[in-house]
Amino acid sequence: MNILTWTWIIVGLTFALYIGIAIWAKAKTTGDFYIAAKQINPIFNGMATGADWMSAASFISMAGLISFMGRDGAMYLMGWTGGYVLLAMLLAPYLRKYGKFTVPMFVGERYYSQTARLVALICAIFVSFTYVAGQMRGVGVVFSRFLEVDINTGVLIGMAIVFFYATLGGMKGITYTQVAQYCVLIMAYLIPAIFISIMLTGNPIPQLGFGSQLSANGMQILGVTEPGYLLDKLNGIQQELGFSAYTGRGTKTMIDVFAITFALMVGTAGLPHIIIRFFTTPTIKGARSSAGWALFFIAILYTTAPAVASFARLNLIKTLSNKEYSQAPSWFKNWEKTGLVAWKDKNGDGLMQFAKGAAFDGKINFEKDASGNFVKGPHGENVVTTPQTPLEKSTNELYIDNDIVVLANPEIAKLPNWVVALVGAGGLAAALSTAAGLLLVIASAISHDLVKSMINPDISEKGELILARIAAGGAVVIAGYFGINPPGFVAQVVAFAFGLAASSFFPVIIMGIFWKKATKEGCIAGMFSGIAFTAAYIIYFKFMNPASYNVAANWFMGISPEGIGTVGMVINFVIMYVVSKMTPEPPMAVQKMVESLRYPRTIE
Amino acid sequence: MAGNRNLEAYWKENLTYVSILLGIWFAVSYLFGILMADSLDKIHLMGFPLGFWFANQGSEITFVILIVVYVKLMNNLDIKYDVQE
Repeated sequence: MNILTWTWIIVGLTFALYIGIAIWAKAKTTGDFYIAAKQINPIFNGMATGADWMSAASFISMAGLISFMGRDGAMYLMGWTGGYVLLAMLLAPYLRKYGKFTVPMFVGERYYSQTARLVALICAIFVSFTYVAGQMRGVGVVFSRFLEVDINTGVLIGMAIVFFYATLGGMKGITYTQVAQYCVLIMAYLIPAIFISIMLTGNPIPQLGFGSQLSANGMQILGVTEPGYLLDKLNGIQQELGFSAYTGRGTKTMIDVFAITFALMVGTAGLPHIIIRFFTTPTIKGARSSAGWALFFIAILYTTAPAVASFARLNLIKTLSNKEYSQAPSWFKNWEKTGLVAWKDKNGDGLMQFAKGAAFDGKINFEKDASGNFVKGPHGENVVTTPQTPLEKSTNELYIDNDIVVLANPEIAKLPNWVVALVGAGGLAAALSTAAGLLLVIASAISHDLVKSMINPDISEKGELILARIAAGGAVVIAGYFGINPPGFVAQVVAFAFGLAASSFFPVIIMGIFWKKATKEGCIAGMFSGIAFTAAYIIYFKFMNPASYNVAANWFMGISPEGIGTVGMVINFVIMYVVSKMTPEPPMAVQKMVESLRYPRTIE
Repeated sequence: MAGNRNLEAYWKENLTYVSILLGIWFAVSYLFGILMADSLDKIHLMGFPLGFWFANQGSEITFVILIVVYVKLMNNLDIKYDVQE
């Protein structure tokens, strides 16, 4: 059977499974809908959190990004795992003891202020929408690459599925679906990684494989004559081609890597769709251990990714660099038609040169004839119409998209067609699970924080449940709209989402739990200044003439917009402390409530 | 009230545990993986330069272990001060 048939079968089966779970786990109360009635086992909650956390970008793009960044790329690995340590020790058990439904609700009650709740509500909705738009786009992209349908059709199919199981099952349905989605995505990630590791090093564990010596088979595949460690070979070939050593320092400064890593960690711990996961466990013990399980399940993928990255990097260079097009491996020709790889013989020597810098100036486009077929160049390659970068600027002739590292993995490892199909289903699972978790945050923010507690407190339980479903449905439609018409800044908004979460929620929640005397004025002033600073910095550098403003020389202390959330967080903490010291203490009832969060048992 | 003193001691011990564990959290990632990575890279562990390994694998593995240790410590502490659920 060919790849396309296999992909339809596997994607169809997984979708049927997700729908079946949603029907089985239908939400009957608002408690079911918001926090799955606190009935989720910690191991399942851990898996669901893992699926919720790992987005289309983690699954498809991260390994490729690391493969092009070398050691600098580890900031994503550390940044997107380290936040769970903060969550487990500083947030999860206390918020679970609080025991209510949403993050804005906690902020509102702890700081005895509807204004604080409203600011938190707006942040939660903004952060979730920026994130979810990217996920719906991701669903469309996976559909178009694996199933050869239009990106927009893919977005619509994804919308229909999420609409069904998110509005029907609420948190309960989403959680059990995410457990299934985790299993699909982790298998899809590990199987090709394990086989490539065996192929190149003989070691079946990829995490150890990329620190091992090349096997005889690996040396033959890569055309290496001297035995040695895989990473040493990679460093050697990188330097030969004019790149910096793969395991050494990259192009970013140390302070920037530090700040970005920190902003990602603190941002993780401040993302509402992750925080609410810890409201769903039956006990406080369960909340603590489910953070551990979540990180365990996430770390399986996050420790495999750098192995995949270095296998792919070495393999790419060795099988493509200075080879004739006719000798290029078959996966190169398969993926060429998607525009994810391209070659132009800039210097006319008939060989593919791989070097530092971009080969082309902009998105890859190929020349097509009147009947829509690719026009072939003298070596059989597709003819690129995108302008090339001048030779004196870069001798690079190859365009290789980051995503190719994961997408072409099964073909590189010469695995059967069903594995290729499984990778497609894995990418969809990653995107859908993240989208569903985010939609729930938006729905609960609207139905519970906005309507139930601010506009119409008399709404009935049944009315609120209907409203929550309508809000989730509405959010799916808006997210889908952004998926089909992506705003130009989608690529920039991830920095935004993390920066805002880091500079708003994290300090406010930490101070709320650990310092009884943090006041409402302190909270509002701190949140406002943290967000204002971070947003202004990102907007200034990313949206206003980024080409000339956004250079290291202009940055504050050399910190890029991606890392500025770290500074925003510090500002929030400082302002909150100073203002709290100057304003009247919180009411006794609030101080008692904070005190009670500290002990698992309810103490009179 | 005697019970209150116990609760204070519980909270203090909790904060001590968390400070130590977060100290390790900081060391493996920010110190070993970023700030000291260049010098640690001169030491090799199998085929891995050590700083590179901490950034790519060591930090992530240590994070998981830290949470496991925290869960164990806190569950015992809850029982010691009789505040478990």
